[in-house]
Amino acid sequence: MYVAVKGGEKAILASHDLIAQTRRGDPLLPELDVAQIASQLGIAVDRVMNEGSIYDRELAALAIKQAQGDLIEAAFLLRAYRTTLPRFGASLPVDTARMLIRRRVSATYKDLPGGQVLGPTYDYTHRLFDFSLMDSEGERGSVQPAQEALDENMPRVPDILGAEGLMERELPPPGDEAPFDITRQPLEFPAERDERLQVLARGDEGYLLGLAYSVQRGFGHSHPFVGEIRLGEVSVEIVPEELGFAIDIGDITLSECQMVNQFAGSKDQPPQFTRGYGLAFGHAERKVMAMSLVDRALKADELGEDVRYPAQDAEFVLYHCDNVEASGFVEHLKLPHYVDFQGELELLRRMHREIAERVMTTEKREAAE
Amino acid sequence: MTHPSSALPRETADITARRRDWLAVLARASRCDLEAVLADLPTVPGYTLLRPPESGAIMVRARAGGSGRQFNLGEASVTRCTVRLDEGTAGVAYALGRDRRHAELAAVLDALLQAASGGADLYEHHIRPLARQQQAARDLRSRQAAATKVDFFTLVRGDG
Repeated sequence: MYVAVKGGEKAILASHDLIAQTRRGDPLLPELDVAQIASQLGIAVDRVMNEGSIYDRELAALAIKQAQGDLIEAAFLLRAYRTTLPRFGASLPVDTARMLIRRRVSATYKDLPGGQVLGPTYDYTHRLFDFSLMDSEGERGSVQPAQEALDENMPRVPDILGAEGLMERELPPPGDEAPFDITRQPLEFPAERDERLQVLARGDEGYLLGLAYSVQRGFGHSHPFVGEIRLGEVSVEIVPEELGFAIDIGDITLSECQMVNQFAGSKDQPPQFTRGYGLAFGHAERKVMAMSLVDRALKADELGEDVRYPAQDAEFVLYHCDNVEASGFVEHLKLPHYVDFQGELELLRRMHREIAERVMTTEKREAAE
Repeated sequence: MTHPSSALPRETADITARRRDWLAVLARASRCDLEAVLADLPTVPGYTLLRPPESGAIMVRARAGGSGRQFNLGEASVTRCTVRLDEGTAGVAYALGRDRRHAELAAVLDALLQAASGGADLYEHHIRPLARQQQAARDLRSRQAAATKVDFFTLVRGDG
């Protein structure tokens, strides 16, 4: 427990000034503007949008600037802002099969309809410094566009395998009802897939990456293949009440990962591949890969597998995913706990006194004997 | 404004389809583009704000595995506005982002585009070029991505 303390207003105000001054850095250097962050630190912006759980590049960039590049603090700012926005409703489910593809790779098929598209990726770079970037006149990459646009028809890889009946099917449940919303309801266990995916989508990338790694290393039996990763733009549609028909309100960038896993089968089902799914705002490939591995691990119970490892334990995974909650709880420890601590200090002192008295009494008794 | 969803008269269905089309173009256009369209009109129409521009959020939904059960991915900021022209037609705008002026301009244009006289001209001269621009930008992005298309080939391993 911590208690309210009074006083310190002047110190607090001065600390605001000092953090602002520190954030600004060397005043002789030009100040970063939000548009530069949005445009040139795009992957950091995407991470903040995911963990802040709202798609708004400009606000995420502002959050990064204000938080001095602390991405978790930036997600916190975005989350706080989010609560001030009225909710106008929900979109129709976005259709990733109709994505305007900028990247699409598969580790399971080399020849797939529509082809493999590397897109903007660091995968095949040498991870050597490019010192020309030290120079503000540095390189301006530009790609020579191909003659032909990509194939409009880019089927999702699991849908191809699904046609053969070798892949776990992903179909809407009967009724296709509105999903669980963790922003409106507290988490419930056992958590269904909709609840799990929403928590994972806003979950901390580092945490999910660690869990996904644990699954691969043996803390969860996983034999995954990347069925497909895709990146690109999808349109968002809503049905405003006053119109009564669906309208397209613009595009968002999404990353999607379809992870393919083995499944031995059960008495009701022949062996087949099972799926793990990852979806995130922006260019967030590591996030969606980790998410898809954890999504698959969390299906253990439904598939009748033993739940033995942390990544398979829904309560463990879902309760500790959110870095805004996690940092709130961990970092609250630095707030004044004077009364608690004084209480414990007093208790310890009393115990020490009692021990010392007991020792003295014993010594006296022994001396007397 | 609201259309009964069943048995739409053909004309209404056509208008709805065209309206969906231009609303998508208006949502993607920049504020500057929309300012330029209005500035180019011979007269500036009078209108009142039925619902002043307002920013909020929508929950973006997706499907597990792309095709399965729905789930909430996260929210997106969105701005909406409803106007009524002095002659009576109402216009609506919804667009991702927080640009209130953009939403207001888009709502005015939505109302003007519905007008029996002038709507078609406005579309031809101002909206269709914007739609072409947007399509060209998509096409360029796709051709840039296509420049990175690869043909992987598997090396046959020698027997020794």
